[in-house]
Amino acid sequence: MYDVVIIGAGVVGSAIARELARYNGSVCVIDKEEDVCSGTSKANSAIVHAGFDAYPGSLKAKFNVEGSKMMEDLSRELDFPYQRNGSLIVCTKDQDRSVLEQLMAQGVENGVEGLRIVEEEELRSMEPNLAEDVTCALFAPTGAIVCPFHMTIAFAENAADNGVEFFLNTKVDCIEKTKDGYRILAGDQVYESRAVVNAAGVYADVINNMVSEKKLHITPRRGQYELLDKAVGDYVTHTIFQLPTKMGKGVLVTPTVHGNLLVGPTAEDIENKEGTNTTGEGLELLGKMASLSVKDVPLRQVITSFAGLRAHEDGNDFVIGEAEDAKNFFNAAGIESPGLSSAPAIGVFLAKEIADKLSLGEKKEFNGTRKGILNPNALNMEERNQLIQKNPSYGQIVCRCETVTEGEIIDAITRTLGARSLDGVKRRTRAGMGRCQAGFCSPRVMELLEKHADLSVYEVTKCGGEGVIVYGRNKEI
Amino acid sequence: MKQYELVIVGGGPAGLAAALSARENGVQDILILERDNKLGGILNQCIHNGFGLHTFKEELTGPEYAARFIERVKEQGIDYKLNTMVMDIREDKVVTAMNATDGMFTIPAKAVILAMGCRERSRGALNLPGYRPAGIFSAGTAQRLVNIEGKMPGRRVVILGSGDIGLIMARRMTLEGAKVEVVAELMPYSGGLKRNIVQCLDDFGIPLKLSHTVVDIEGKDRVKAVTIAKVGPDRKPIEGTEERYECDTLLLSCGLIPENELSKSGGVTLSPVTNGPVVNDALETNVEGIFACGNVLHVHDLVDFVSQEAANAGEYAAEYIRNGKTAAGRVLPVRAVDGVRYTVPSMVRVEQMQDTVTVRLRVGDVYQDCAIVTYAGDKEIGRRKKKVFAPGEMEQVILRKADLMDADISELTIRIEKEG
Repeated sequence: MYDVVIIGAGVVGSAIARELARYNGSVCVIDKEEDVCSGTSKANSAIVHAGFDAYPGSLKAKFNVEGSKMMEDLSRELDFPYQRNGSLIVCTKDQDRSVLEQLMAQGVENGVEGLRIVEEEELRSMEPNLAEDVTCALFAPTGAIVCPFHMTIAFAENAADNGVEFFLNTKVDCIEKTKDGYRILAGDQVYESRAVVNAAGVYADVINNMVSEKKLHITPRRGQYELLDKAVGDYVTHTIFQLPTKMGKGVLVTPTVHGNLLVGPTAEDIENKEGTNTTGEGLELLGKMASLSVKDVPLRQVITSFAGLRAHEDGNDFVIGEAEDAKNFFNAAGIESPGLSSAPAIGVFLAKEIADKLSLGEKKEFNGTRKGILNPNALNMEERNQLIQKNPSYGQIVCRCETVTEGEIIDAITRTLGARSLDGVKRRTRAGMGRCQAGFCSPRVMELLEKHADLSVYEVTKCGGEGVIVYGRNKEI
Repeated sequence: MKQYELVIVGGGPAGLAAALSARENGVQDILILERDNKLGGILNQCIHNGFGLHTFKEELTGPEYAARFIERVKEQGIDYKLNTMVMDIREDKVVTAMNATDGMFTIPAKAVILAMGCRERSRGALNLPGYRPAGIFSAGTAQRLVNIEGKMPGRRVVILGSGDIGLIMARRMTLEGAKVEVVAELMPYSGGLKRNIVQCLDDFGIPLKLSHTVVDIEGKDRVKAVTIAKVGPDRKPIEGTEERYECDTLLLSCGLIPENELSKSGGVTLSPVTNGPVVNDALETNVEGIFACGNVLHVHDLVDFVSQEAANAGEYAAEYIRNGKTAAGRVLPVRAVDGVRYTVPSMVRVEQMQDTVTVRLRVGDVYQDCAIVTYAGDKEIGRRKKKVFAPGEMEQVILRKADLMDADISELTIRIEKEG
């Protein structure tokens, strides 16, 4: 019998798990995928929004602004990359400047600090590569970029290190109400729990509708992105947003914390909750859209494209808190943008609510500090040589493009909630995320997974499920 | 750390041949830095034959061809470090590298030869739409898995791109028990050698579909199907021409990109056409004392030519180490125009050049009944006719010093001209 079962190991589920770990009580997280951070959390804009975007009074506005304010300290506590690069929402000569002013007023009302309108001359010195038509912009100095993988994994690892259990490859089939709470059936597993948290991303409607008559309906809203080579990572230094137009909310162009340039997303409402495919039309549209705010975006430098699904709920706001008709069933549903920015605040809020409801006391031995995987590229030569002398695996490069060492990959596999797949290693270390896209390093990473994750090479997958890399020995397939 | 006069970055065919040539030309302290766990580079996974026809007048496998150079490097006592990644090359030729035993170290060299080879264009760089499951490999990665590790990355295979590695892998996958459904090629002509199309596709009944590309990849965990479509002259897919192949694997053989990230760190200027360094007839880059050869310079079809080019680089690097600064004289640019995409070298030093200089080039399209014509200023100095010129086959032109001595000549031009 658990006190709390959290369904979903994305950034929201993991943040809630980490905050619940501050309290006495047994908590577990279950997720249908083979790794944490495998849904919406792994494929988004990687932006910490300043918080001017959401309608005043909405949950989106509240949690975004709170989350954004927490993020910098949190990034130090949990050791994930965060950079306050500032956001610019650009307005072109054909667009209505008053929209920009309204946006600013809205931001001020939401409690966003430091907002101001920047005129063309200053704007061009801040960002020389903006499109010719751009005349002014709303500058949000608190806008930031973050690594969504490291952030989610950091929450999950810290939760696990503080006693939260994680059950992956576990898909919820149904939830029954019991005398004391809930019974969750997932394959051949049964979880009894006093309380349930629904952080199931695009499936949060399905999970909610298993127990509540207050039905939710979530539309997967697909966003396609292109990630460009580090060679052009400084093409812009701020996150460049567009004013909403009749073509939609527009696409952003932003540097990433790892030094790439990211362009996206499209916005397409689809039916398929697993529809993370890119399309020819979508990718073509990105180029056209990006050119509205940034000139000559060097799209030929693309190293990969991907798509993520935002969980858009019909009510157009987050659904957070206990369901009206289901005691101790807590939703964190409809978490679309600014979900990543809001996750830390949602975690704190819901953990407190649940702890109060279940009368969980504070856990004295909670340790909120987590150390990430050591990044040798951040060391100077002397420090690096000391490290290699102590552990030679930090001298052996496995991923050439991102210069990731064997030591980092072994750490990623053997640490708390370690990687079990190529993508798991990639999200933790960046091995395979560079310009050759794992062409050179995947056979080596497979070997390391075989050795350190206790897998046969024929069980190593790209991202779980049936997705093995090799089928068998030559002539034996 | 021992000091070295010449540091060679890369221990593949180019690096090995460059090292041997530099030694023959008197360089004593040579260090080859190789990131893999053995010398030989990508030849080690090229277990098919056909290597060395020009160099050794016999057909060797890739490992056999490499072994002949590796043995000589060992005989010559040339130093090399394996599992060693070069992290940085500075303009003053200080090379920073790292491995597990030496840690991170720097070597101030008198000359550097870039011989890092190339990488394959990835699915991401091709921007192919669809899902991102397991089962999408560059042909070279699949080749490594099959030929080095002995493991099969697929059962039913679609191949995009008719580059040589893709063609070779169509045959290899078939021989190892997989079914290759089709090879699709975006261009209206193949990017590979004619002999490979015959020996690797035709002989096994594998269809080659020119002017086709991949428009969709299905499968969440592992590839389930790949859809290809015909493309128009603009290389965009034509609606209604889609064909869906159920398969578990997509191999990509869509071009090679010279690996020049280190060259850039050393201030080396790159050609936007070849993606390799801009060099003169000494294979010297714009940075004095930094030379380039092999696939890092421009992508070759045949390793024999890599070895020849690298031997030249080794010789010129030796000369540079011996004499210091290569004295400047008259430099003629070599302009590639009218169907010629690029030339290597793209400039020649008239006074210092050898009596003949081989200029390698590629054409930009298929040309029938044409000639490659070389002009010194306005004067024609060379003409070579051929039934067909194709982008997949590297061509060469021999420049004679005697033709270039006239002081009025300000540039060389190499172009395609229609014959008859």
